[in-house]
Amino acid sequence: MNENPVALGSEAETSSKTAVKMRGTGVDVFYGDKQALFGVNLDIPENQVIALIGPSGCGKSTFLRCLNRMNDTIDICRVTGEITLDDQNVYDPSVDVVELRARVGMVFQKPNPFPKSIFENVAYGPRIHGLARTRSELEEIAVTSLEKAGLFEEVKDRLHEPGTGLSGGQQQRLCIARAIAVSPEVILMDEPCSALDPIATARVEELIDDLRQNYTIVIVTHSMQQAARVSQRTAMFHLGYLVEEDETDTIFTNPSNPKTQDYITGRYG
Amino acid sequence: MIATLLLVLVACAIGAFVIGRNRAIAIAGGKVASLHSRPSHHGASLAIVCVVPALALIVLWSIIAPNVMDTAVLSRFSAELADYGVPQIEGFLRDSRAVAFGGIAGFTDELTEQAAAYYQSLNATGNMILAAGTALFVLAGLYLGYRAIKLRTRARHLVERFILVILIACSAVAILTTIGIVLSLVVETFRFFQKVPATDFLFGLHWSPQSAFEGAGREALAQDQSKIFGAIPIFAGTLLITAIAILVAGPIGLMSAIYLSDYAGPRFRAVAKPILEILAGVPTVVYGFFAALTVAPFLRNLGESVGTSVSSESALAAGLVMGIMIIPFVSSLSDDVINAVPQSLRDGSAALGATKSETIRKVVLPAALPGIVSALLLAISRAIGETMIVVMAAGLAANLTINPLEAVTTVTVQIVTLLVGDQEFDSAKTLAAFALGLALFCITLTLNVIALRVVQKYRERYD
Repeated sequence: MNENPVALGSEAETSSKTAVKMRGTGVDVFYGDKQALFGVNLDIPENQVIALIGPSGCGKSTFLRCLNRMNDTIDICRVTGEITLDDQNVYDPSVDVVELRARVGMVFQKPNPFPKSIFENVAYGPRIHGLARTRSELEEIAVTSLEKAGLFEEVKDRLHEPGTGLSGGQQQRLCIARAIAVSPEVILMDEPCSALDPIATARVEELIDDLRQNYTIVIVTHSMQQAARVSQRTAMFHLGYLVEEDETDTIFTNPSNPKTQDYITGRYG
Repeated sequence: MIATLLLVLVACAIGAFVIGRNRAIAIAGGKVASLHSRPSHHGASLAIVCVVPALALIVLWSIIAPNVMDTAVLSRFSAELADYGVPQIEGFLRDSRAVAFGGIAGFTDELTEQAAAYYQSLNATGNMILAAGTALFVLAGLYLGYRAIKLRTRARHLVERFILVILIACSAVAILTTIGIVLSLVVETFRFFQKVPATDFLFGLHWSPQSAFEGAGREALAQDQSKIFGAIPIFAGTLLITAIAILVAGPIGLMSAIYLSDYAGPRFRAVAKPILEILAGVPTVVYGFFAALTVAPFLRNLGESVGTSVSSESALAAGLVMGIMIIPFVSSLSDDVINAVPQSLRDGSAALGATKSETIRKVVLPAALPGIVSALLLAISRAIGETMIVVMAAGLAANLTINPLEAVTTVTVQIVTLLVGDQEFDSAKTLAAFALGLALFCITLTLNVIALRVVQKYRERYD
C-alpha cells in the first residue's frame, strides 16, 4: 500500500490510501436530448475493486462505458467533463481510442466469446496489437491469460474447440482471459455475473479478487452481496447522480445518505 | 348452369353460417361461454357440411358429364357412324356440340342436327339431375348439421381440420408441380438419350444442333447425328459468363453490404438499401438490351482503340451486365447476415482495442461467412439460370473458349433457340432442350442445396 496518498478530493481523502488510476470530474452524459449523468466526480483507486451500485437506469453502466469510451459507438451519445487515466484526459483529441481500450479492457454482462476457438479468442487481442512476435510467444500469452482467469485447467485439452461450446460461466471467464491477454491496466466489468448461476458466480468473484493484485477493477453490479464480497470501495448512483462513494464496509454498515440506506436494505430499486 | 349453381352454393354457405351461428347462440341461451366452440365455429361448420359435399358433386359431374354425353350420342348414332374413321367421328362430335351449345361448327348436316338435339336433351336432363342432387346434398347437410349443434359439439375441431386440409392442398399444389416438372424433364431427357448417347451429350466438344435432320435425307447427311450434341462448349460458356458475373457482383455486393451494415448512417441506409433492391426489380430484358446496345458496342470500340478485336457479342459484355443484375442479391442478403451478427461481438472486439475495420475483417465477416457464402451461391444459381441478358448479348456461337472477348453461348440461350420456331416435338433437337434443362436444374439444385447446408451447419455458431 502506498503510504503517501495522493490528494483524492474531500470524500476519498479520509478513507483511501492508494493512488488514483482513473478520475472522472464533472462528467455529464447525454443521449440525444436526454441527460443520463449529471456532474459525476469519481476516483477509481489503483489495484482495488470499486463497485458501482444503484437501481436500474441510474447511469452506472453509462459511467462505466465512458471510462473506455465505449459510448463512442452510440451515435447520439455525448460526453462532457473530464475523465483521466493516469492524469491524461481520455476524451482529449490526441488520445487514440484504440490505444485507450487496450489499456482499459471490458467484460460484458452477457458472455460474448467470438465464434472462434478458445485459443483464437484469447489470441485475438495480442494479435491485433502485435504483442507477440512468434507463435510460441502468442501461445504463452494465451496460456498465461487462461491460467490467470482460472480456466486453463478446464480447457487445456480443447484449446482449439469453439469458445461458444463452453458453459456460461466458462465463457465469461474466457472473456475475462481475453481481456487480460492484452495486459490492460484497468478492467471494466458490466454486471459480469448476472447471466451466471451461483457456482459460476462464486468462481468469477474469486477470480476478481485475485485479479485485484495486478489490475484496477471497476464492476457494475445489481447484487449487494456481490458488491460487499468483492469490492473495497463502493459508489452509489441514483437517477444519474453519484449519491455517495466510500469504503465498501462504510457504505454497507453506515451509509451517510438515506437513499443508499434505502437501496442496500432493499426498500427500493 | 354450373356458374349459377356455384353462386347458389355461396349463398347457401353464407345462409348456413348465419343459421348455425344463431342456433348455437340460441342453444347456449345467453351463456355463450358454455359452448364448447364459439358460435362462429358452429356457423362455419354448418356451412362446410352443407356446401362441401355439393361442391364435390358439381366438380365430379363437370368432369364426368361430357364423356357420358359423348358416349350416349355415339351409341345412339352408332349405325350411321359405322363407316366413319376416328377423325371423322371426332369432327362429328365437335360439330354437334357446337350446334347444340353455341360455337363455330365446321360442317353441319342432318345427322349433326339430330345429334345436337340429342345433346341438348341430354344436357337438360343432366342439369336437372345435377340441380336436384345439389339441392339434396345441401338440404341433407343442413338438416344433419343443424341437428348436430349442441352445447358440447366440437365444431371448432371440424373447422380447423378443414382449414388444415385446405392449407395442405395448397402446399401440395406447389410440391406436385415441382415433381411433375422434374418427371417430365427426366422422361424427355431419357427419350433424348435414346437418340443420342448420354456420353456424347455430356462429353462432346461440338454443339451445332441446328444441322440435325430427322426423316427424309437424314441418311444422305454424312455427319454423325450424335456428334453434334456435345454440350461441353455451352456449359463452358455458361460457366465463363457466370464467373465474370460473380467477379463483378461478389466484391461490389459484399463491400456495399459492409458499408451499408457497419458504416452507413441510418438515414443513408434507409435510402440506399431500397434503391439497391430496385436494381433487382429491373426486368432482365431491360438489362438485355442495355448489354446488347450499350455495353457490347462500348467494349468493341474500346477494344478497337487499343488494337484488340472484341466480338460484338462478347462474353464480357453479358457477364458484366449480369454481374450488375445480381449485385442486389449479394448485397442485400449479405447485409442481412452481417446485421444478424450480434452487436455484442462487435462491442467485445472494440473493447479489446480493435479498430472498426479489424473488427469487421476478423470477427464480423468470419461470423457472417456461412450466410455470405450462401448469398453468393444463390446469386450464382440466379446467374446460371438467367436467360434474357445472354440471349441478347452473348450470341449463339458455341465456341469452346475462355477468352471473355469472344462470343460464347449458354445453356439457356440454346434452350431458347432449340424450341423457338416450327418443329416436331419428338426430334432430337427439341428433346435436347429437355436434357439441357435437366442438367441446368441439377446444377442450380446442387448449388441451392449446398447453400442451405452451409447455412444450417454454421448458423448457430455465435448464439
